[in-house]
Amino acid sequence: MDYAVPGPEPQTPSGIDIPELVTADMTRSSDPGRPGQYPFTRGIFPDGYRGRLWTFRQYSGFGTAEDSNQRYRFLLGQGQTGLSVALDLPTQVGLDPVDSMARPEIGKVGVSLSNLAEAEVLFNNIDLGRISTSFTINGTAAIIYAMYIAVADKMGVPRHRLTGTIQNDILKEYVARGTWIFPVGPSMRLICDTILYSNEVTPRFNPISIAGAHVRDAGATAVEELGYTLANGLTYVDELKRRGGDVEKFAKRLSFFFYVHMDLFEEVCKFRAARRIWARLLKTRYGVQDSKALAFRFGVVCGGSSLVAPQPYNNIVRVTVETMAAVLGGAQSIFTCAFDEAFQIPTEFSAEIALRTQQIIAYESGIGRTVDPLGGSYFVEYLTGRMEEETLRVMQEIEDYGGVRKAIEDGWLQMRIARRAFDRKQKIDSGATTVVGQNAFRHTDQKDEVGAVFALDPQAAGNVVRKYEEVLRRRDAARVDETLTCLQSAAASDDVNLIPYLVDCCHAYATVGEMVSCLKEVWGEFQEPVRL
Amino acid sequence: MSAGNVSPLRGKRILIAKPGLDGHDVGAKVISLALRDAGAEVIYTGLRKTPEYVARVATEEGVDAVGLSLLSGSHKELVRDVMQQLESFRAGALPVFVGGTIPQSDREYLLGLGVKEVFTADMPLDHIVAALSRALA
Repeated sequence: MDYAVPGPEPQTPSGIDIPELVTADMTRSSDPGRPGQYPFTRGIFPDGYRGRLWTFRQYSGFGTAEDSNQRYRFLLGQGQTGLSVALDLPTQVGLDPVDSMARPEIGKVGVSLSNLAEAEVLFNNIDLGRISTSFTINGTAAIIYAMYIAVADKMGVPRHRLTGTIQNDILKEYVARGTWIFPVGPSMRLICDTILYSNEVTPRFNPISIAGAHVRDAGATAVEELGYTLANGLTYVDELKRRGGDVEKFAKRLSFFFYVHMDLFEEVCKFRAARRIWARLLKTRYGVQDSKALAFRFGVVCGGSSLVAPQPYNNIVRVTVETMAAVLGGAQSIFTCAFDEAFQIPTEFSAEIALRTQQIIAYESGIGRTVDPLGGSYFVEYLTGRMEEETLRVMQEIEDYGGVRKAIEDGWLQMRIARRAFDRKQKIDSGATTVVGQNAFRHTDQKDEVGAVFALDPQAAGNVVRKYEEVLRRRDAARVDETLTCLQSAAASDDVNLIPYLVDCCHAYATVGEMVSCLKEVWGEFQEPVRL
Repeated sequence: MSAGNVSPLRGKRILIAKPGLDGHDVGAKVISLALRDAGAEVIYTGLRKTPEYVARVATEEGVDAVGLSLLSGSHKELVRDVMQQLESFRAGALPVFVGGTIPQSDREYLLGLGVKEVFTADMPLDHIVAALSRALA
């Protein structure tokens, strides 16, 4: 049944009322400042994309390291400018492929990376001295970071030349993504160890990407996404300081990650507000002075739950709108989802179109030619100010509740997100929110999925297990035991940085599962509060 | 929801489960809230449960139906394992529903295992409630 389609709603999806016309007198601040200058509303670099284009960084990975290596080389060959590694669920939650819970999940949502031998295959023929790699990994981030260092060592790439990002953001895992392992305290320790070690040894690497993306995809509004992310950011800053970090130094390498959904102006203003709020918070709360430490750097993903399975080619249009929002908002790196990601892993065909979307916008549309082209628009300055106000309100609510950590451990944040998702679903079901092809303009004989079906090699899981067993056979078992014992005893004392121990374990071909088991013995596991 | 019956699932106990390692629980939680609104008593397992755990809780709690939420692509293996576990707990007749990221090409396989219906994110909640209500009548 088709619902009558109304004109644009008067509110943004976050619930902000928008006047039919915005005039000059409606904006509080008439001067949005200059890009590259505090508080960076217009951007963090004075020359924007003319100085440096955003990175085309497509999230990708499946099956064996060989399969993924092949897909990475295809994407790099097609013009992608940075790697983004998707890891399978066993790797993400710290289980080896032979674990009974791991077997059905091997290689499904990402590549299986259980030990250094797999990492060597994954990056075969890829020059880690030149290509930057982003890893979406959280519970086992410290381990995968250590493995990246170990593989660079083996390739002869000096550690200080490594570039890239590791997501390493456990707070959002507890709330929206679910790959937590250890309780909050020890998890925060691992995050901080990774950041502080990286600042010294891999100074060009971003050891954290504080992500609102997942709470957004789980149903939070753009305002909540920003509010929760910045609240998490401050929580990490406080913990890093508590552990002796110098905020002027580590803040330079904090980065952020967001979704871009369909309301173009809300997204652009979200990013402008984000830069302004973060710079102001760091300056007023922590006294940060250095521009580089105040600059809010972020990557984005365009797509996710804004894409739908019915009439999937429409998703190409959606991702295009979202990419434009990301560029107009000044993102440093962009991942564009393929049109079929609403129901499967992308094929080469759909992955290529996703990449071309960015390239067409970059090289044909001209929208990146000048910094913050929408700056000065009455509406954009108005909405930026409103997004800022609402975001600060969300952050205050969390403070009033007792802070991020309490909100997570009580299950309070999780419940809010679930309720918000329920609201959103009800609005779509009732037709109050229009989703073209899903609740409006449907075909009566709806063919929901089109195009090639992605097929994971049915041998992949067996191959992964076989290779894993081979590594166990060939490695020096005594050396592995030694490195794991050292890791475990270091973990027991809170003020030792664990990264060097993890690097040693990786070099000995200890597995992700073995390292995690070691740490579970010391720290235990997180107990999920189930609260609806 | 149908105009005639405000609580189409009143008196029903339904288990919503997350077997396997997938950590995305929004769908499971949204369904749980919708079923609760429709009058059902809902037990949600939380993340990262084994098929054996799901079957055991289903039988211990004496539920009327089991809903499995799967978004990691491992639905064929995990649904099969849950169905086998339910058999071994002598609950093979318990109606099982699946929701999540299920390509159309896999629906037949799941229905062939004995799953009553497969739901995807684009389906309206009252369609899902109505389907459950019919199946449990």
